Amino acid sequence: MKQMNGTERRAASGEWAVEARGLVKKFGNNRAVDGVDLNVRAGTIYGVLGPNGAGKTTTIRMLATLLRADEGTTRIFGYDVAKDPNIVRQLIGVTGQYASVDESLSATENLVIFSRLLGLSRAESKRKAAELLEEFSLTEAAKRPLKNFSGGMRRRLDLAASLIAQPPLIFLDEPTTGLDPRTRNQMWDTIRRLVKTGSTVVLTTQYLQEADELADRVAVIDRGRVVAEGTVDELKASIGTSSLHLSIQNTQDLQNARRTVERILQVQSAVSPEGGKITAPMADADKVTDLLIALREAGIPLAEMSVQKPTLDEVFLTITGHGVQEDEAETSQKAEEVGA
Amino acid sequence: MNNQSMNPIAGRQLRSKTSLRQSIRHSLTMAYRGLLKIRRTPEQLFDVTLQPIIFTLMFTYIFGGAISGDVQSYLPIIIPGILVQTVITTSVVTGVQLREDMDKGVFDRFKSLPIARIAPLAGALLADTIRYTIATVLTFSMGYVMGYRPEGGLGYVALAALIVIVCSWAISWIFAFFGVIARTASSVQGISMIVLFPLTFLSNAFVPADTLPNWLQWFSKINPISHLVTAVRDLTNSGTAGWDLGISLIGAAVIVAIFAPITVRAYMRRT
Repeated sequence: MKQMNGTERRAASGEWAVEARGLVKKFGNNRAVDGVDLNVRAGTIYGVLGPNGAGKTTTIRMLATLLRADEGTTRIFGYDVAKDPNIVRQLIGVTGQYASVDESLSATENLVIFSRLLGLSRAESKRKAAELLEEFSLTEAAKRPLKNFSGGMRRRLDLAASLIAQPPLIFLDEPTTGLDPRTRNQMWDTIRRLVKTGSTVVLTTQYLQEADELADRVAVIDRGRVVAEGTVDELKASIGTSSLHLSIQNTQDLQNARRTVERILQVQSAVSPEGGKITAPMADADKVTDLLIALREAGIPLAEMSVQKPTLDEVFLTITGHGVQEDEAETSQKAEEVGA
Repeated sequence: MNNQSMNPIAGRQLRSKTSLRQSIRHSLTMAYRGLLKIRRTPEQLFDVTLQPIIFTLMFTYIFGGAISGDVQSYLPIIIPGILVQTVITTSVVTGVQLREDMDKGVFDRFKSLPIARIAPLAGALLADTIRYTIATVLTFSMGYVMGYRPEGGLGYVALAALIVIVCSWAISWIFAFFGVIARTASSVQGISMIVLFPLTFLSNAFVPADTLPNWLQWFSKINPISHLVTAVRDLTNSGTAGWDLGISLIGAAVIVAIFAPITVRAYMRRT
């Protein structure tokens, strides 16, 4: 934890798109966001990763002037969100978790209205709308009311609407939640293209794979706090080792096999919920030889064996101390153990 | 900013405030959005089309004989009364629809755009004046069909219609406020009706105020609805503008002056 925060560099010449300090938001007694710091360098993709209810959306809403922070400050390209909200709004585009477009209107009408609000003339608005619809391959559906749009089309339109003013900073709140794999890949391509044109993207996601695919840096948020921050590689390195996966042929051998693994590798192992698969961190590859011999001597036949590099999934599990669905109260303690 | 050449935001004209002209422009664009929505879902105009027709028929034939002796001589009293009642009741819908609208994701986008904070509200309210206009035209038309011939002439009738629309627009800010602070659309409807029913009925809209008991007369005389009804009667029936018209317009201005800022404030705070 400590060493990861240590990688936070405040280069004097660096250009920060987002600098948030100690953000707090309380809803009643619930501290939905509890002291979040974020630094996002201009021109990068920054991932905010966490399970449902971790405070991602609340954080984004505070950064995007949609919600007033109870404590803490946010600067967007140097402009204070609380003091100059109108300037900040000229620098950002926000795509919400639920499509922030008008259901009862058509795609063109939506884009024209947003363009008009952003100060474009009638003719410019029409041209811009047509241009964006073309770019997001929505031209065919331009005149249909949004009620008949698929989830993917809606998201694309939503993103298109955020790009009208070509804002240098774009917030995407769970841009691919609920999309099928193909549309998700399209959305990822679009986001990568955005950054190539010089935009900065801050996105939230609960999909570790998504953060892995897209983000230059990631902040892991859990219960309103940043529990880890760094590049994806740094995060993976923080739990260090690759892991060993063993499938055994007879499930009745499972406990016995697990004991053998833990005795020889001197580590904690885990058993997959489907059963029959043991996972353990592999710090020393040499010891695997000992393990395999020990297993044969104990008469436990293996079905399969593989070594995997750590995934963000495991990073997440290790850092937060609980799975994405699980809910335990030992989070902060485990998080500290990781840093130590 | 520190590094101009690297700065992705260099060369952007950043304004820290929206000017009045921009605010008006933004509000008009939002009103255009409201009109588009009405065009897409014309069924939401049922209330403003059916209510004037049914109420005018109903009240005139029920009360006409009892109050004025016959239907014909009741028309100059009831048509302005029905008009004010119908159009103001219509303004409740503004609050209800605003609540529904605000619960949708699109309002998040409006809030994140560099536009005047008042625009989404003002625009929605402005678009609803089309509803008031429909209700007004239909009420007068119904009256005409039933034999109402206002002596003030067409010009004064148009002026009266305009004043009713303006006042209803002002009053709709009250319901917009309820719309912003209420949790659900149906509670907006509930609160608004409780406020509106006594106001429209405890007035001179349907009966001459001097037939009421003393305490009720007192209320009916200070009731702003009564002033508006009287102003409309003066204009349509005799082509005169009296003090009642002044009070109505001042009242409308006061309502906007109070409710527009607190509604916008509440809207800003609401997430």
